[in-house]
Amino acid sequence: MNWDPILLTFKLALVTTLVLLLIGIPLAYWLNYSKSKLKPILAVLISMPLVLPPTVLGFYFLLAFSPNNAFAGWLDEFLGLRLVFSFTGLVVASVLYSLPFMVHPIVAGFANLPSSLKEASSLMGKSRWQTLFRVLLPNIKPALLSGTVLAFAHTIGEFGVVLMIGGSIPGETRVASIAIYDEVEKLNFAEAHLYAIILFVISFVILLWVYTRGRKRLNSIFK
Amino acid sequence: MIKAALHKRLRATQGIMNLEVDISIAKGSFNALFGPSGVGKTSCLRMLCGLMKPDSGIIKKDEIAWFNAQKRMNLKPGQRNIGYVFQDLALFPNMTVEENILYASGGNDTELIHELLKITDLEGLKDQLPNMLSGGQQRRVALIRAIAQKPDLLLLDEPFSGLDQSIRLKLQDNLELLHDRFGFSVILVSHDLAEVCKLADNVWLMEDGKIIKRGSPSEVFGLEAAADQLKLVGKAVQILEEHLVVSFNGSTFKMKRTPELNSVEIGQWVQLKIDPQSGQLNTIDLKQ
Repeated sequence: MNWDPILLTFKLALVTTLVLLLIGIPLAYWLNYSKSKLKPILAVLISMPLVLPPTVLGFYFLLAFSPNNAFAGWLDEFLGLRLVFSFTGLVVASVLYSLPFMVHPIVAGFANLPSSLKEASSLMGKSRWQTLFRVLLPNIKPALLSGTVLAFAHTIGEFGVVLMIGGSIPGETRVASIAIYDEVEKLNFAEAHLYAIILFVISFVILLWVYTRGRKRLNSIFK
Repeated sequence: MIKAALHKRLRATQGIMNLEVDISIAKGSFNALFGPSGVGKTSCLRMLCGLMKPDSGIIKKDEIAWFNAQKRMNLKPGQRNIGYVFQDLALFPNMTVEENILYASGGNDTELIHELLKITDLEGLKDQLPNMLSGGQQRRVALIRAIAQKPDLLLLDEPFSGLDQSIRLKLQDNLELLHDRFGFSVILVSHDLAEVCKLADNVWLMEDGKIIKRGSPSEVFGLEAAADQLKLVGKAVQILEEHLVVSFNGSTFKMKRTPELNSVEIGQWVQLKIDPQSGQLNTIDLKQ
């Protein structure tokens, strides 16, 4: 059996989750504490992947990342970054596609903290960064954990977006979900079974862990 | 000396309330904001420390402006050197008692922290997380955490409410001792008359967003036991045909309405005069 698709799936999920942690925390902070009028618009945009078919996102990514597009062309020419049918492109698309799964739990975590914690820290003369890293984030660890696990699990389960912009290039974009589809198309049911059962077991274990240890937190998010 | 003259429109339960305060806080003074719930006491504290922006007015410490609506000047809360004990205490749940205090103090003065822990009998609990402590212990931590900042002004928002009497008295003693020792100015929000009389040397009596009376506790509450009468301040809660029901510190008294009480309305402060010999209660309209 070829393990590449499984390894690639986990590599994609890991990189995506790390990138999401980096951009998800500031975004969630802004969404919870900002009074900007743009807030509802950004909140809706972040939530769009929850309701749109993955093919819609995939289609627009395909157009946006196509080398014929001015921005994508510039990226390709000057930075050598090609986002269509490449692993980097998959990461960018996965980040946007899994964004709500990271951002929503963290926003809920911030919102559940008493506002006096942030106020107390600012009265002590602490900067926003000090307040964020010493007071806010350590007190929303369960929310950070939920966001991380959900984003990771959701990226493992991606199919539509990957199919649209990644294709099925072995070692580059052929993740497990695509590999299963390919094997079924080729009537290679035994191989498809293997990939499928591995994905099933891993996803089951991850979610079981979240539901048993972090159920309380999940309930508050999905109520 | 800190001076503040501020105005803010607030949405209160009874509708729009105009909060208007004009106060000066002498260095090292112990002041109390006294009044029923919802009259704007907490909002006053929040405006002073910069957590709430007033609609108009000024705040200045000596000659340095903290807030000036006209000049659009508003110093950040962290630049005003104010210690604040929140109603919910706002202890950081992820830090131990000692870490909470170290964080507030900037981590330099370990001697001061040691002294504060000692004064409040918290030395043995310094490695505990706040949620492992009792209510009284948590309040002591919040108090010394605010003092560890070495503030010029300490704001206390009902710091001892909901505690039983003996713990309350002990905490009041702690606070008195710390105030004498470190010399910061204090504004205490409270609706416990005994507490205010014990601790404060200046009282602002608030009602509907305005300070209606100010002065020493005895001036404001008329607490001096005159030769023949003991005076207390209560609030009219019910007007009956021949009687007026007045609430004082959680108890209600029913007394005969005299002609001078005709204009008293529900919610208004009145003075109770108790004749020690006969035990007879009389009231007078405080606004007159």
